[in-house]
Amino acid sequence: MHAYRCSALVVVAAALTIATGPAFAQDEKREIEKYQKMIAEGSPVELFELEGEGLWKKKQGPKNASLEQCDLGLGAGVVKGAFVNLPRYFKDTDRVEDLESRLLTCMMTLQGRSREEATKRTFGNADKPSEMEYLVAFVAGESRGSPIAISTAHPKESAAYELGRKLFFYRSGAWDFSCASCHGEEGKRIRMQELPVLSLPAGARPAYSTWPAYRVSNSQMKSMQWRLNDCYRQMRFPEPGFASDATIALTMFLGVTANDEPYRGPGTKR
Amino acid sequence: MNKRNLLTLALATAAIAACATSPVDPRPAYSESDLRQMDAVHRRDFHPRGIAKMDRFDLDRVQRACNQYKDNPPEDLAKALQAEQIGAIKFPQGELLGDWKKGQKIAQSGRGMTWSDKPGSANGGSCYNCHQLSPEEASYGTLGPSLKGFGKLRGNTSEIQKYTYGKIYNSKAYSVCSPMPRMGYSGTLTEEQIKDVVAYLLDPASPVNR
Repeated sequence: MHAYRCSALVVVAAALTIATGPAFAQDEKREIEKYQKMIAEGSPVELFELEGEGLWKKKQGPKNASLEQCDLGLGAGVVKGAFVNLPRYFKDTDRVEDLESRLLTCMMTLQGRSREEATKRTFGNADKPSEMEYLVAFVAGESRGSPIAISTAHPKESAAYELGRKLFFYRSGAWDFSCASCHGEEGKRIRMQELPVLSLPAGARPAYSTWPAYRVSNSQMKSMQWRLNDCYRQMRFPEPGFASDATIALTMFLGVTANDEPYRGPGTKR
Repeated sequence: MNKRNLLTLALATAAIAACATSPVDPRPAYSESDLRQMDAVHRRDFHPRGIAKMDRFDLDRVQRACNQYKDNPPEDLAKALQAEQIGAIKFPQGELLGDWKKGQKIAQSGRGMTWSDKPGSANGGSCYNCHQLSPEEASYGTLGPSLKGFGKLRGNTSEIQKYTYGKIYNSKAYSVCSPMPRMGYSGTLTEEQIKDVVAYLLDPASPVNR
């Protein structure tokens, strides 16, 4: 962990001296920021949050129960501020869970739904939205403004972080890619898309603090689980299981690297 | 400069100095047990979908070494692996220059090898995802070096043609842990397609060289 604390210091140091730093690609950056602001202003994120809140309170499943008693880590029914502590260790499942896996746990325990039924449509599209992605928008939105504070105190939490770090840099698959193939070097892009270095706070903070996100290109709210899934697709890997330990571990690695950043999502992406 | 500014500057300088000597790279050098763990986790938590089968997790010697040594294997090993990779290139008989117009389409296309690609459909080379090629194409990536004017700078000799074909077929034959996919070796592009991309890079009539 030493390396990260250290690079955070460098970031602070850099921020303190930024006034004298070179103005690099200022115009291009300003244009992109203008575009990001524009799409954020027209973003329907709040509609997804409202829809998600409706689903949170909706009685369904064999037990005809809502999710209102779901324990997201701060006690049964506490939604405010819960997202910024996830992933975290849960005693009842004896497992580290991210938001999506925890929601799945609650759907199964509180609502009595089967895993198969509850994961039938984990990722939606414009024609057929996903219940999971609405719920994620609602819960994440209830942490807006709170600093990301993910713990690695429990042994299973630190193990998940370590596993995530190893998964991030592991080269495999048909094209010899790892996550770091695209997210490992400063200032790179795929086509016109800028690529943050997600293994360091400077890149992880702005990225992680704006997921889940509304994606303008497919008019849908997208979860972090979807983001990882589609990265692995483009890495030419087989498909990661939804809410599998591997995806939770990766989320843990990214989230811990983004710690202390105020949560600003659900965000709006191109 | 007042006292307070001096203090922050001193603190900032101290912070940078303190970090200059400590490792900032969080990338691990994978031990044998790390590699076994990675293999087990991927096989447990991932599943085959479409054309993306589980054998994609079978590491070859190159992938293994690049994971073990953070893309910088010891010289002897690197040399041996590169020799192996050179040997794995199937150079076609005769002409290596195909049709640059077809090559351009292949360079533009990012299709192929994902679980959402249909078996049997034509793959692209995803070249523009990472490289600048024709100056006419504004949407290019920067993960790889710019290849603008590739042929104009290097000429069009048979040696250059052979190098270009080999590099696309198997980048690891020239730089063992190259970040670039092995387009021929991985079965992404056919011999015919690689020849077309070679022409796109080397043909004086190609927009890459105009």
